[in-house]
Amino acid sequence: MDLKKEQLLAFYKNMVTIRAFELKAVELFAAGQIPGFVHLYLGEEAIATGVCASLEKKDYIASTHRGHGHLISKGGDLNLMMAELFGRTDGYCKGKGGSMHIADINLGILGANGIVGAGMPIATGAAFACKYKENGAVAVAFFGDGASDRATFHESLNLASTWKLPIVFLCENNGWAISNSQKTHQNVTDISDRASGYGIPGVSVDGNDVVAVYEAAGAAIDRARKGDGPTLVECKTWRHRGHFEGDPGAYKDPKDQADWLAKDPIPRLEKNLVKLKYAAQAELDKIKATAEAEIEAAVKYAQASPEPDPSELLTDVYAD
Amino acid sequence: MKQMTYAEAIRDGMRVEMKRDSNVYLAGEDVAQFGGCFGVTAGLYDELGPKRVMNTPISEAVIVGSAVGAALVGLRPIAEIMFVDFMGCCMDELFNQAAKMRYMNGGKAKVPMVVRTPCGAGMGAAAQHSQSVESWFTHIPGVKTVMPSTPADAKGLMIAAIRDDNPVMYIEHKQLLPLAGDVPEGEYVVPLGKADIKRTGSDVTIIAWSWMLQKALAAADELAKKGINAEVLDPRTLVPLDKDAILKSVAKTGKLLIVHEEVRTSGFGGEIAAIVCEEGFDYLDAPIKRVTSPDTPIPFAPILESAFIPSEEKIIKAVEGFF
Repeated sequence: MDLKKEQLLAFYKNMVTIRAFELKAVELFAAGQIPGFVHLYLGEEAIATGVCASLEKKDYIASTHRGHGHLISKGGDLNLMMAELFGRTDGYCKGKGGSMHIADINLGILGANGIVGAGMPIATGAAFACKYKENGAVAVAFFGDGASDRATFHESLNLASTWKLPIVFLCENNGWAISNSQKTHQNVTDISDRASGYGIPGVSVDGNDVVAVYEAAGAAIDRARKGDGPTLVECKTWRHRGHFEGDPGAYKDPKDQADWLAKDPIPRLEKNLVKLKYAAQAELDKIKATAEAEIEAAVKYAQASPEPDPSELLTDVYAD
Repeated sequence: MKQMTYAEAIRDGMRVEMKRDSNVYLAGEDVAQFGGCFGVTAGLYDELGPKRVMNTPISEAVIVGSAVGAALVGLRPIAEIMFVDFMGCCMDELFNQAAKMRYMNGGKAKVPMVVRTPCGAGMGAAAQHSQSVESWFTHIPGVKTVMPSTPADAKGLMIAAIRDDNPVMYIEHKQLLPLAGDVPEGEYVVPLGKADIKRTGSDVTIIAWSWMLQKALAAADELAKKGINAEVLDPRTLVPLDKDAILKSVAKTGKLLIVHEEVRTSGFGGEIAAIVCEEGFDYLDAPIKRVTSPDTPIPFAPILESAFIPSEEKIIKAVEGFF
């Protein structure tokens, strides 16, 4: 597919923004400046980028515990995200959710989720609502290889297929369920093979090739939007770091790690952009610098935001 | 006012709201043409059609989980879980997803959904189809729990539950389904969080809900013949609990008996007892009593099942023990 220069540069901008946000999270976490846990999307940037490029504001995504990339790609506000990581009152969730529970329903972001596999039924329900309301919108459920073993995967694919719901099941197979390699936790290599068991098409792509992701996800999103039902899209990738910050990932074979780092999606796209003469290195460096500046601004925003008032402990349990 | 059974009243509540609000839909196992395992949804499919009333696969997790997603984006689902005993298959979807979305999102999301589910013993359905487990749900901040005991309350609470912007567990008792009573026609709302004194009295307060409410009323009639005038209070909603009504009644009578079909340990009676001790200790002339099922699974043999379920006799005996 011949993508326009603008499209590829937009991919690049989004990916380096995610990269900068996550690298900043590494730094902040190591410095003890953000409480709790973060699960970083480093290495997987091409997937959220390539998928969300075909989504409109009215479309929905359900994210995972490793959700910063999805949030950014669906238009999430960097300041509000960063403030939420800091647990401050100006965060997306007033500091009450944290990294794993950021949501913005107005942007169609149904939320990151701390329960592996929980997003699939939620996205299935959103897709049902899109069909019910006949609003032409679709839902994308992001989930990992580990989550594809959960009952929620099976029930969601089955229901979405049987009811022909406008949804894409987007598997980010990074080869690990915490410390369990894929082959130790399931007996298939291509998770997309599971699709035929539910009567839907399945496709596997190189998750570190943003154009390949864009093409496969785009086709699945079109299919859903046309009313032809769900697709299972598997994007093969690798997470650069551990499951959470603080996990050294010692279970990974150093050779595998090196091989996958060599397939880092961002340098790959950079090389292509330069080769196609869509941008000179200087222009790409400028885009990176802009992203980094936006992240720095987000950190300042977060640090300036006050901690929640103690009375917030008791609010928002119920809607009035 | 119309004579309706409890089952018809639940159905009428759903029908009234589904006709009034096009965002309300009903999904569950066998709810459509079959009319539900207990006939509660009979006729709704014929009247409202497949877009509003739909059968699901046997998939409790996605039945409740998809209701969360649909509710987040503006619909008002009624999800039926065929037996409350099956809630184990969808507990994450209720307690980690539905219940917590609003709080975790800093108050910006809301999850207006109802999970309708039958509870209770007495039909020989045995251990996995006969339970009462409302305290699983009362223990979840973010969820409301209602348990109607009469047809009128069943309809009014159903309409209120659907209109509530929170996840509501609506637990209907199988034994009450054929019970007939007067039910207001049209839109009739029983507010959540409001108890009802089903029988006024001055000698003892009996708090009971669901099928046990009916047993408590029958026991109160017998007690009256023995000169004991019992006040029977039906909380109707367990969470949010009408503490004021409870404390007012105990202040009047000085004696409290709580009756529930849940097993004894960690049943909701313990919560009510703790509240009355904390906030109404001076009203009490005697320790609080509970009549509950024992801490066992529900047996199959009718003679054993009968021994499991709290009886009128046990209620009467417990009250007599106060005097």
